[in-house]
Amino acid sequence: MADTRPGATARIIRWIDYRLPFVQFLNHELNEYPTPRNLSYWWNYGSLSGVMLVVMIASGVILATQYTPSADLAFDSVERIMRDVNYGWLVRYVHMNGGSMFFAIVYIHLFRGLYYGSYKTPRELLWILGVIILLLLIATAFMGYVLPWGQMSYWAATVITNLFSAIPLIGPGIVTFLWGGFAVGDPTLHRFYALHYLLPFVILAVVLLHLVALHRHGSNNPLGIDHKGPQDTIPFHPYYTIKDLFGLTVFLLIYAFFVFYAPNYLGEPDNYIPANPMQTPNHIVPEWYLLPYYAILRSITFPILFISSKLAGVILAFSSIFILFFLPWLDTSPVRSARFRPIYKWVFWLLVIDVIALGWVGANPPEGIVVTVGQIATFYYFAHMLVLVPLIGKLERPRSLPSSISAAVLGGGAGLSGAGAPMAKP
Amino acid sequence: MARSAFAAAVISVVLAPAITWAADENPRLPRQQWSFDGVFGTYDRASLQRGFQIYKEVCSVCHPVKHLHFRDLEDIGYSEEEVKAIAAGYQVTDGPNDQGQMYQRPGRPSDPIPGPFPNDQAARAANNGALPPDQSLIVKARAGGPDYVYGILTGYREAPPGFGMLEGMNYNELGPGHQIAMPPPLSDNAVTFADGTPATVPQMAHDVVTFLTWAAEPRLEDRHRAGFKVTLFLVVAAGVFYAAKRKIWAAIH
Amino acid sequence: MADVAQQDLHQEHSGETRRDFLFLTAGAIGGVGAAATIWPFVDTLNPARDTLALSTTEVDLAPIQIGQRLTAAWRGKPVFIAHRTAEEIKAAEDVDISQLRDPQKDSDRVLRPEWLIIVGVCTHLGCIPLGQKTGDDRGPYGGWFCPCHGSVYDTSGRIRQGPAPLNLWLPGQAELANQALYKFTGDNIITIG
Repeated sequence: MADTRPGATARIIRWIDYRLPFVQFLNHELNEYPTPRNLSYWWNYGSLSGVMLVVMIASGVILATQYTPSADLAFDSVERIMRDVNYGWLVRYVHMNGGSMFFAIVYIHLFRGLYYGSYKTPRELLWILGVIILLLLIATAFMGYVLPWGQMSYWAATVITNLFSAIPLIGPGIVTFLWGGFAVGDPTLHRFYALHYLLPFVILAVVLLHLVALHRHGSNNPLGIDHKGPQDTIPFHPYYTIKDLFGLTVFLLIYAFFVFYAPNYLGEPDNYIPANPMQTPNHIVPEWYLLPYYAILRSITFPILFISSKLAGVILAFSSIFILFFLPWLDTSPVRSARFRPIYKWVFWLLVIDVIALGWVGANPPEGIVVTVGQIATFYYFAHMLVLVPLIGKLERPRSLPSSISAAVLGGGAGLSGAGAPMAKP
Repeated sequence: MARSAFAAAVISVVLAPAITWAADENPRLPRQQWSFDGVFGTYDRASLQRGFQIYKEVCSVCHPVKHLHFRDLEDIGYSEEEVKAIAAGYQVTDGPNDQGQMYQRPGRPSDPIPGPFPNDQAARAANNGALPPDQSLIVKARAGGPDYVYGILTGYREAPPGFGMLEGMNYNELGPGHQIAMPPPLSDNAVTFADGTPATVPQMAHDVVTFLTWAAEPRLEDRHRAGFKVTLFLVVAAGVFYAAKRKIWAAIH
Repeated sequence: MADVAQQDLHQEHSGETRRDFLFLTAGAIGGVGAAATIWPFVDTLNPARDTLALSTTEVDLAPIQIGQRLTAAWRGKPVFIAHRTAEEIKAAEDVDISQLRDPQKDSDRVLRPEWLIIVGVCTHLGCIPLGQKTGDDRGPYGGWFCPCHGSVYDTSGRIRQGPAPLNLWLPGQAELANQALYKFTGDNIITIG
């Protein structure tokens, strides 16, 4: 692709590109990159996730220049940031609420994938990389929450690290290893700080792989059918750059509302009490984005065969994410997008309700009806993944797919192809 | 499509804490009007100063407020000279000196406001084993925030007949299990305000809670001001970007 | 055909100008937003309020006898406070300025001649010169002597021998030219900073 810009700029760019094809690369991947013309706003959430990763890293590094990762000084160093450091309150609230925003964005991005079959062939690895990012994100967020060394920081760390004691034989040894001592303490805080700083850069690397995988076959689209030629696509710039920019601005409005007007709405008051190893809070609750896993963890109140209820809860909680790795193979439908899957469409929304219900369960003390709902919701979640999704794929009669994206978008309706041949076989 | 995507974002984020909130919302929490309420909320300087007076004359007997420095008091309307005078009225531990001993000296603006006890153990010993919590963050550390703290201060009642009060506890509407170790700290005219405001219990509770809210969130006004500018900017930006988006996409719609 | 083509071109052109203005505005807004966002993050690295609060030190001069010297701490650095004798003042004033490496009149270095208040950091490479404690080597001019590389300062803190290029700084002088950052705020009290 010849650079037609005049004069010195063009010469410098050619000089660099000949040795390191950077500008060429950017031009191909971000400028002229052919993207399906029919992407909806549900496709904004990928770039939003990328923006949030940058925001969290930037705000995190700035906080790291002022924070002290020592059990006796951590809480006070955060208060100093809030009170004395110029704009410290802003960077802290940006980072704190950014964590919640990041998860909201990533969950919507994930559910978009579930609805439109973005995990189906040839995007299985793209999906798997995404699930790996989610796991790394959860680990990062968990460790980050410990750093302010408030009551919730300390006790969430205690409860979650104690889970590993459920592993037979080596469990308690692993827990001591994780703690670096006989309880969560200063060594634990130091290593969580080091890892919390490190993991986002690991996430960055996996995100880059995620993008490479994405660009191998390009984005999915609401119709779930492959693009068949240039009439189905438009260049990423300016169409999707401006659309992403607009979406970003709207998202920032929501983010700004929390940061400036309700910065502690999504948090726990108990975390403004310094950690006290001698006193447990009345209710230990994780942040909202971990509530569904917490609910599943607590829902197993009985042993299963030789597995203790505690271990079973741990296994199921982790499995709720691990099972996502297998989704491309669990889903037997020949059709990608739920738009053309009349049964799955409703089952999808049932899953959404189920996950929200699990969130409610996780937020409440495990008594009475909360336990029952939690057990039903946990059962339903795994039933969805292991039974409903495979069965529906096989038994459902999908609606007829349009012949092409452009046909559907440019007012066709004519030329519908039969169901069953929407995707190119690998 | 855009609207539903937007709705999903808002719902997923707003629903989440509503779920947690429903769990521990206290139905008996009396709601108050605060000068710092709402997106344009600010701190009433006169109320803050009365609140500081109450803290100084009543609460500081038992409660420290360690995250406040004397210099912070300039934010509630005292001049540099007044702050120096307030600080100098306290004795602060410093040292060791060249002889290796700790010594007392008058406070300076850069010092944190000293608490009533040198450590937690001394505080417990003086209070029947109970530890009076630090007040710097109390408003943020309790569900219900300012309304809760106000409710505690004004919630002392006679225990209902037959209610099993534990030794040394006091009956309080909002206290956990209706019992709280702190005896009622406020009584009418416990303090004489310099500006002549009548010192009723509700008035004092209102002022000290305003002060404590400032103590927990001293940068609230900066935050609100910045928020207004940011929101305005983003609304304009959203409008411009939307117009640009429509213009660009007009080519292919 | 040609008419239509002309018309298309014309429309495209005026549309282009309007579009360009919109894009220019959008770009400008994006740029302003980015800059406005970055500034607070950078500003967090400037001295915080607690650091600034410790940027002032008060020293009571009453206990310092004539001929005695005191070292005070100010912004993390030592400040030499010398209650000069009449001989020291005369020696400082009777110097031919033009012979100095860093010409400066003694009267330009003090507010009151009997009190010399200078930052005790050698202007060569930052060591703390000797001369504050009794028994210290004060060098041939009776001022201060830096043991690291042999810089010699006189009773006004001016450089006389050795590798240092400049006189010992007055408080705040290194950051703000020509402005002594201390003042007498009481009969015998100075506030530095």
